[in-house]
Amino acid sequence: MHKYKLAPTALPQLPKAPTGIDGLDEITEGGLPLGRPTLVCGSAGCGKTLLGIEFLVRGILDYDEPGVLMTFEETADELAANVASLGFDLQAMQADKKLRVDHVHIDRSEIEETGEYDLEGLFIRLGYAIDSIGAKRVMLDTIEALFSGFPNEAVLRSEIRRLFRWLKDKGVTTIITAERGDGTLTRQGLEEYVSDCVILLDNRVIDQITTRRLRIVKYRGTTHGTNEYPYLITEDGFSVLPVTSLKLEHTVSDELISSGVPGLDEMFTRRGWYKGSSILITGTAGTAKTTLAASFALEACRRGERCLFFAFEESPAQLIRNMRTVGIDLQAYVDQGLLVIEASRPTLNGLERHLVTVHKLIGEYKPQAVVIDPISNLVSVGSISEVRSMLTRLIDFLKVNNITALFTALISGRDGRMEMTEEGVSSLVDTWISVRDLEGIGERNRGLSILKARGMAHSNQVREFLVTEHGIQLLDVIIGPLGIITGASRLTQRMQEQAQLVAQQHELSRRDRELERKRRVLEATIANLRTEFESVEEELRQVNDEEHARHEALASKRHDGGHTLTTTAPAASGPQHSA
Amino acid sequence: MMDIREAPADAATPQDGDTWELRLYVAGHTTKSVTALANLKRYCEQHLVGRYTLEVIDLLQNPQLAEGDQILAIPTLVRKVPEPIRKIIGDLSNEEKVLVGLDIRSRSDH
Repeated sequence: MHKYKLAPTALPQLPKAPTGIDGLDEITEGGLPLGRPTLVCGSAGCGKTLLGIEFLVRGILDYDEPGVLMTFEETADELAANVASLGFDLQAMQADKKLRVDHVHIDRSEIEETGEYDLEGLFIRLGYAIDSIGAKRVMLDTIEALFSGFPNEAVLRSEIRRLFRWLKDKGVTTIITAERGDGTLTRQGLEEYVSDCVILLDNRVIDQITTRRLRIVKYRGTTHGTNEYPYLITEDGFSVLPVTSLKLEHTVSDELISSGVPGLDEMFTRRGWYKGSSILITGTAGTAKTTLAASFALEACRRGERCLFFAFEESPAQLIRNMRTVGIDLQAYVDQGLLVIEASRPTLNGLERHLVTVHKLIGEYKPQAVVIDPISNLVSVGSISEVRSMLTRLIDFLKVNNITALFTALISGRDGRMEMTEEGVSSLVDTWISVRDLEGIGERNRGLSILKARGMAHSNQVREFLVTEHGIQLLDVIIGPLGIITGASRLTQRMQEQAQLVAQQHELSRRDRELERKRRVLEATIANLRTEFESVEEELRQVNDEEHARHEALASKRHDGGHTLTTTAPAASGPQHSA
Repeated sequence: MMDIREAPADAATPQDGDTWELRLYVAGHTTKSVTALANLKRYCEQHLVGRYTLEVIDLLQNPQLAEGDQILAIPTLVRKVPEPIRKIIGDLSNEEKVLVGLDIRSRSDH
């Protein structure tokens, strides 16, 4: 037993032939099984033939593998004309001996059947076509047409089985197209012959909008994407949209960029949002979502970045005109080529096509910033889950490419859209800003608040803002007795404040005057007191002087009166008392 | 090319005016091919003496010729002339069908 156990890496992978078709190689993890037949089935008009032809053409152009196209329905000229619009020049490839187109014409009315036969002629034709140009790829479109041409089904089936075996032995990678049947993958049950790889194309109309889905029903010997993947037939050919990368492995930037509204930047602790993050602005109608978006676009251009603006509501001219009135001049940057406005009606295309358009334009312009205004209109095109999956892909794609993306979404609290935004998209975005009407008595004001900002702290206030001639201006927060004050109440509040201020100033000067008065009174009193004091002092001094004089007079009289000893003692104490 | 041009047509049956130009496509000497050729020769000798040319094409040797006459099945008998082109596939074992198919015998004849 043990000798069969190889290291996983030592086992060879099933060799694959890359199709070169956008997205298909990702889903099939490398392409179609090399040297084996692949069945492509689907109902009418879902692009089976185109898938096959593109497989051949990409093989010729990108991988230098010549191809044989055996067509049972359309002639070579018809096919060439059909795919010329995609830029495939089949005639030139035929001339270069890279492609061989063999039209097999089957007309039941011409054919009479008698006795035994086989389809060796078909083998010989195909073999000759393959050998003459050294083809590596073959397409049979649509082999089921044989069933209408040959009445003997038993022979036909055994011959088809032999054909597929023979193709395998030839080692050519083959695509066989087949019409889808009722309850079966193909009308004639071809899937039982082609067992290596079966791709199902589906074309369905939901709410009048066609969506195309591709699914790999089976792919023997390899892993593959199992989901239904939307695909498109664009002017560049077939395009499958794989889920770009749901692995969440993208690198992140620590760089911060401005929102274009200074006041809004201030609301984030790091003064802006991260480069490469995705921002959602939601709000009801007329809350200046587009203006905020345009401010962001303008700021991006001002930094010298390229910006791609998808407008789903307005034409570019209208957008530019409208934004000019609020001081946002987009025209200058459009002229410089920094700003590209791509306007289309959401209902024009299915969701996938929008996604492909976005992918394609991003690939072309390589912008650093993308604005989609608004994403909520896309809901009219698909269901919520579809929109969600599309936006997941889109946001992933943008993040992987480090493109800052701003989406706006119209919400209305009354219907279910709010849920769409909350559950559908908001978990995907990094920053969510809500703008809304602050409806007061007799007026509406606009308020802005940050609902979430991954990776940084932010203000929790609802900030009133004005759309002025110079863009969006956030007003300072005024907190009144009942919370934050906006609009007319803000004016009232301001007037009240001013009145108060004046009153205060009056009061202040009144107090000043009062003080002055008091000071003067005091000073006067002090002067009075001093005068009083002076007069008292004067008086006292006078009394003193008089006393002194009297003493002296008395003393001199005693000295003159006699020199007896009895009078000496009192005379000695006399001057001491008077002193 | 493995041409087996038989019976100079202009020599015989000018009264009818019709000349059958037939081509038989085969792929090698398989049983079916051999049977078909033998059957065809027998019918022609019986019904179209001197009024036909028969060309046998072996696609194994000339695969490029398969495309021109839109050959898928082997063996295939193609009536080039008279118009319109008719194709009969198989080993031609059913004489009735072959003759009707080639308009040698009309369908109402029997």
